[in-house]
Amino acid sequence: MAEAAATLARRNRRTLFGTMGFVAFMVGVSFAAVPLYDLFCRATGYGGTPMLGSAAPGAMANTTINIRFVASTSPGLPWHFVPQQVSMPLALGEEGVAFYTARNDSAAPVTGISTYNVTPDIVGRYFHKTACFCFTEQTLQPGQSVDMPLAFWVDPKILDDAQARAVRNITVSYTFFRSLADAERAGALASAGVHIGAGTTR
Amino acid sequence: MATAHAHDDHHDHAPGFVSRWLYSTNHKDIGTLYILFSLFAGIIGIGISLLMRIELQQPGMQIFADGQSWNAMVSAHGLIMVFFVIMPALIGGFGNWFVPIMIGAPDMAFPRLNNISFWLLVPAFLLLGGSMFVGQGAGAGWTIYPPLSDSQYQPGMSMDMALFALHLAGASSILGAANFITTILNMRAPGMTLHKMPLFVWSMLVTAFLLLLAVPVLGGAITMLITDRNFGTAFFRPEGGGDPVLFQHLFWFFGHPEVYIMILPAFGIVSHVVSTFSKKPVFGYLGMAYAMVAIGVVGFVVWAHHMYQSGMDVDTRAYFMAATMVIAVPTGVKIFSWIATMWGGSMRYDTPMLFAIGFIFLFTVGGVTGVVLANASITQILHNTYYVVAHFHYVLSLGAVFGIYCGIYYWIGKMSGRQYPEMLGKIHFWMTFIGVNLTFFPMHFLGNQGMPRRYPDYADAHAGWNLIASLGAYLSIASFVFFFFVMWVTFRRGAVAAANPWGEGATTLEWQVPSPPAFHTFEELPRIR
Repeated sequence: MAEAAATLARRNRRTLFGTMGFVAFMVGVSFAAVPLYDLFCRATGYGGTPMLGSAAPGAMANTTINIRFVASTSPGLPWHFVPQQVSMPLALGEEGVAFYTARNDSAAPVTGISTYNVTPDIVGRYFHKTACFCFTEQTLQPGQSVDMPLAFWVDPKILDDAQARAVRNITVSYTFFRSLADAERAGALASAGVHIGAGTTR
Repeated sequence: MATAHAHDDHHDHAPGFVSRWLYSTNHKDIGTLYILFSLFAGIIGIGISLLMRIELQQPGMQIFADGQSWNAMVSAHGLIMVFFVIMPALIGGFGNWFVPIMIGAPDMAFPRLNNISFWLLVPAFLLLGGSMFVGQGAGAGWTIYPPLSDSQYQPGMSMDMALFALHLAGASSILGAANFITTILNMRAPGMTLHKMPLFVWSMLVTAFLLLLAVPVLGGAITMLITDRNFGTAFFRPEGGGDPVLFQHLFWFFGHPEVYIMILPAFGIVSHVVSTFSKKPVFGYLGMAYAMVAIGVVGFVVWAHHMYQSGMDVDTRAYFMAATMVIAVPTGVKIFSWIATMWGGSMRYDTPMLFAIGFIFLFTVGGVTGVVLANASITQILHNTYYVVAHFHYVLSLGAVFGIYCGIYYWIGKMSGRQYPEMLGKIHFWMTFIGVNLTFFPMHFLGNQGMPRRYPDYADAHAGWNLIASLGAYLSIASFVFFFFVMWVTFRRGAVAAANPWGEGATTLEWQVPSPPAFHTFEELPRIR
């Protein structure tokens, strides 16, 4: 009897360790999902993540597509941020250049960083950016206003994709946030009360 | 068992109050604690829904100060119902009570772990309850999506309290699940093979595996949320390179299996009740068992059907749509097997059977609207409308909760030694059945008319059906109060229950021990032929 009880206790302990192994594995997987998801979006253009880097091949097709520009600003960033043009036509394969304007409305230097995507999501893998203000952090002095350029082209392969072929409008979207380091420097202000810049932008 | 001979001198000797209920290691006592806890949490959760229905009874703001306090209440209602009412009752309560008895085990594999599982829930519930009264409350919904749940939009401690409550509740579930798996795999009586196990035990086994795989992912996601809020990380903050949509993926990788975690134990209970009151063994036993396994497995690969609006391409949506609809197949196997069990049976419509039939009917209604919502194209319109609210209340509030009532009426004689009064049980059933249908059926219409969820106010056009839903809710809440009256009568004046009050239809092991079972159920392990 005691023999059997000891055997059972051993088996139970083994099963418990097995289940805890499962748990540890799943926790690991959930953290591993963070870099993997990022990699997945960059590699596949998933969710309208544009392709970065490679140069434009030059206009190859006589199809033009309309590129539209939108801008938004996080409430935590005391900037006025707008596109200089509402839209522009662009031949497939041709490199286009557009500008945004950002102005720091606060009384202190502020560093911002932007995120970006294109809509419809399906065109992410055909929309290439060769140069963009969004690749680096931008610091603006109080009252300073700057023009922010971006260069881009649309891959003519879009015409071979049954789902993306009909797209005639691509919307390029930027959202500016206060950079984490800058938000931390301004942390004393933030915890003092109202959101930083809330009084100046709204 | 090393501890077994400590009680040899008194065969049914129970320890004193404090050591019996606070340091409890007995599976039946812990089960009782879970059920009492769930009923208490149910009072709070249903109390909140009463406030919500008072607010929504008419257009305009009635009793809530602003949207944030409304959101905090809605979030608390959802989290309390999921983590502190349904799961403790079905898994901790009935699971602890009946899994060891049904498989002929003397107790759970790890009795003290079992104690910790229960007592982790209490501080978790206090933290969540407290979060409603700290600062402006945690108003990010039960899905706690960032950026709404981040420090910018939910500043203050209440959100962190709610997240930590989820951590504790999750730890409790994981430990409980490990305990169930070990018990079921290692401690079955001689002759009790996996393919002879009662379906309730099967449902608990599958549920425990789902918990083990899903809850750690929630734990990881909310840990990231907590560090994003408090320690400057940027897992979900775009300004630091994070992605809020990733949270949705992680959350629903947990969240979708979670809905099966809530319903599978109810499937198990309903199988027993239908078989008992039809005086027939359950139709297609193996099909029933493996349908639950299939639901569990497929449940892990359909999560993004909650995220059709988050920017997925058409092919991805098509996959999740097809995979989701596949779940209707094993679910259909179960529904039809229940009907086939009843077919030609010698049926008795006692209260547990009424709740079981109510469950089958209402769960099917919720399942059908689920198939509608599985369509990515239709969800384009119905996403975040009251149609979704109607759908998940039909499968949870009416499905899982009917499963709980079903289990209570079926087993109350076994657990307490006293049988409920049949007439009062039937009145309770009809009040609940009419009340909940009156509450939730109009929500389908409201959703089709475009009423969005999670707002304390709505357009005047929605006033009519909202009034009816509120009246139905008052009846449902009255039926909940009536349920406590039924329980009071049961304990005060209920007839003494026989070992098997249901007759020849009840064949599982719990009906072969006295009502209530001895403190240590099996002095000698039963042998299953």
